[in-house]
Amino acid sequence: MTLTRRTALAAGLSAPFVGKAAAQAPSRNETLLLVQEYGPNSLDMQGIGASQPVNGVALNCYDRLLRFKPVPIPGGGGNQVSMTELEGELAESWQVASDGMSCTFKLRDAKFHSGRPVTAKDVKWSLDRAVSIGGFATTQMNAGSMEKPEQFVALDDKTFRVDFIRKDKLTMPNLAVTIPFVFDSELAAKNGGGDPWAKDWLKNNVAGSGAFKVESWKPGVETIYVRNDAWASGTLPKLRRVIARDIASPSTRRALIEKGDADISYGLPPKDFKDLIDAGKIKVVGVPIPNAAWGLYLNTQVGPFADVRLRQAVAWALPYDKILQASLFGRGVDLSGGPETPKPAWPQPYPYRTDGAKAKALVDAATPGGFATTLLFDAGTATVAEPMSVLIKEALAPLGINVEITKVPGSNFRGEIAKKTNPMVLNRFAGWLDYPDYYLFWTMHGANSIFNIASYQNPELDKLIDAARFTADKNGYEKEVVSFLSLAEREVPLVPISQPTHDVAMQKTIGGYQFQPCREPDFRYLTKG
Amino acid sequence: MLKTLGDRLLTTLPALVGVIVVSFLLTRVLPGDTAAYFAGPAATPQAIAEIRKELGLDRPLPEQFGRYVANLSKGNLGQSLTTGQPVLADISARLPASAELTLFGLVISLLIAVPLGITAAVKQGSAIDHACRIVATAGVSLPVFFTGLLLVYVFYFLLGWSPAPLGRLDVFFSAPPAVTGFYLIDSLLDRDWETFRAALSQILLPGTTLAIFALAPIARITRASMLAVLSSEFVRTARASGLGGRTVVMTYAFRNAMLPVVTTLGMVFSFLLGANVLVEKVFAWPGIGSYAVEALIASDFAPVQGFVLAMAILYIVLNLLIDLTYGLIDPRVRMGA
Repeated sequence: MTLTRRTALAAGLSAPFVGKAAAQAPSRNETLLLVQEYGPNSLDMQGIGASQPVNGVALNCYDRLLRFKPVPIPGGGGNQVSMTELEGELAESWQVASDGMSCTFKLRDAKFHSGRPVTAKDVKWSLDRAVSIGGFATTQMNAGSMEKPEQFVALDDKTFRVDFIRKDKLTMPNLAVTIPFVFDSELAAKNGGGDPWAKDWLKNNVAGSGAFKVESWKPGVETIYVRNDAWASGTLPKLRRVIARDIASPSTRRALIEKGDADISYGLPPKDFKDLIDAGKIKVVGVPIPNAAWGLYLNTQVGPFADVRLRQAVAWALPYDKILQASLFGRGVDLSGGPETPKPAWPQPYPYRTDGAKAKALVDAATPGGFATTLLFDAGTATVAEPMSVLIKEALAPLGINVEITKVPGSNFRGEIAKKTNPMVLNRFAGWLDYPDYYLFWTMHGANSIFNIASYQNPELDKLIDAARFTADKNGYEKEVVSFLSLAEREVPLVPISQPTHDVAMQKTIGGYQFQPCREPDFRYLTKG
Repeated sequence: MLKTLGDRLLTTLPALVGVIVVSFLLTRVLPGDTAAYFAGPAATPQAIAEIRKELGLDRPLPEQFGRYVANLSKGNLGQSLTTGQPVLADISARLPASAELTLFGLVISLLIAVPLGITAAVKQGSAIDHACRIVATAGVSLPVFFTGLLLVYVFYFLLGWSPAPLGRLDVFFSAPPAVTGFYLIDSLLDRDWETFRAALSQILLPGTTLAIFALAPIARITRASMLAVLSSEFVRTARASGLGGRTVVMTYAFRNAMLPVVTTLGMVFSFLLGANVLVEKVFAWPGIGSYAVEALIASDFAPVQGFVLAMAILYIVLNLLIDLTYGLIDPRVRMGA
């Protein structure tokens, strides 16, 4: 009486009344079933309020001018990307001007899903939209010094130029992230209904030239992708159809992958990944997330940690290894016990390591007798952050620092960190573009972004970060990075704890795994069977 | 009858107005900043302010309320930010999924609990009575997510009898043409036996999970009210008149014992509908409970208000139906009204 997916598929192929989708279904080897915690809330990554999985839609259904070059993951299992090596996606070739202040792109002969050829006009429209639409898209564009529509010039149908407002090494890689993708501007304008950016229509419709089209999208339930057989911007994907189901419960996702019913599972708790690796039946590919770290932010403006000695005390007291084992189950890289002089890289181990005596001495010098304080974290990250904060609380108790743990849901958490009054906050921050200056700009720069949770203000650090961001001189850059990292290590507004691993569990028959900085699945490279 | 209906409906209006005002105020009083949440990672204060303006959250509360009511009168419940769809569309897609699951669970539990309760009352102190007590105690004391996970583990993971817990239908099936929104009924209407079987095999485990939970109140109430009725004078008279045991129990006693059971049923139904969030999570069931909870975590006001409103309306309709059923079961209720 039971119905497995195999019998269901057989029934689907033999019995036409089962439904159109099943009747036309590509063979099982060409269909991928992905299970994830939650799916996209929009199909337009540039739109305001787009959630994390929308990156996957942008990645698979749209093309950009450039993409990051795949390079093998050192531990095996697939590819990650190299930030500094770019490949053409819609661009057939490109040339940076001799003065280094613009770049001219030659477009390849690609067609949108609608059949229209991709022109430089569409590229301009799409990049104009990204810098004008506001919200995250505009912020991300600005991070690569792309700020106004005048910077984008369509020279003729196949030639496009980006003018730089300053020399910024992030401009080119920023053209390969999931924001500056190219829309079919005529289709969007036709359906926009008076809105010049067609926000409502593009939220529910894909108008791209990418490797996949969205066949059906039921928010909160599933998204079905089918291959675009006319894709011109790369090797035609092996998969013909991808079904992404939203399965909220991690236990269910784990059961599905272990049982072989799901092909790929995203977002399991670290413990499940460790168990799956130990059991050995399922392939788990882990990549230390570039430019990401779990960190303890200590408020430098108000409360006890305005005293640098207490911040250093905490850095000496944290049980780094225990945290890595008990909360991340080893799925990460320890960020303690590093060299005295930092390397020009982020994240990297700070010179601190667990040393109770040193910590105690610092606390006794600053506040003999200790004090009470609070530690805040986002309830959405509780699987990892909860054990982490308990271990922190235990480690600080012998120093006379009495920690009260507060857990708040996601929407409150953003509000709380924006206030910048919490003495201690546990957070994981990851930047898409893998540069130390980029990370520190968000987390420690005086521009005081929401992620400068410690509210750290230091003109000296700002100067070094700014210099590093816009320098063209490689040696000078490395020197500046080392100086601002040394400063950050001394001042510790942020104590880095671990660099988390991005794990994906898949059947052994799945190949071609490609890690992208946006951390969403890239169906274009995946193979099955 | 029609007049009763009209009167009853009129009295529900103040309750609805209350629900609208309270749900609006409650969502606004809750801590949390919708705009900051939806601005996403790496948002600047300007980006957050832009979003706040676009959502109309920078306006004074009375103005926001006025807009909300004006939209409501046009049948517009607002936009969900978590799914990006109109709330009305979300709710009308998800309410049938929850209702089907809940009704299915309720029917299973009725089929077991009512006979169990009756037998337990008739044979008080017997093995069946003890079994009833054990089943009821176990049913309430096992949390639903636990029963759900246990069933998945045993019937899907270990035995492989049940299909993958992937929601309402296996990935290779498409939904039957929507008539009622209940897949089981729609697929039958469409004479699509394959889809019916697929939908049935998907709903069996989550339905059973809910049934186990609902078993306890129904079985206990049936038993208690049967005991009360069985010891009453008219039953004694009926027995003394020489009527058969079956006639006495089923025709005379059971009908009189049904009122409290029906009341409990209504309560259990509305309670399950909102509270089966955890079952929905475990079985990836695209229902309304998990929808509301996710919206609440994201401080996404519109779906929460829509959910509360939908539940209020449902509860009102349900109570009305139950009141009307009373009239059918017990003529005295009809006379009284």
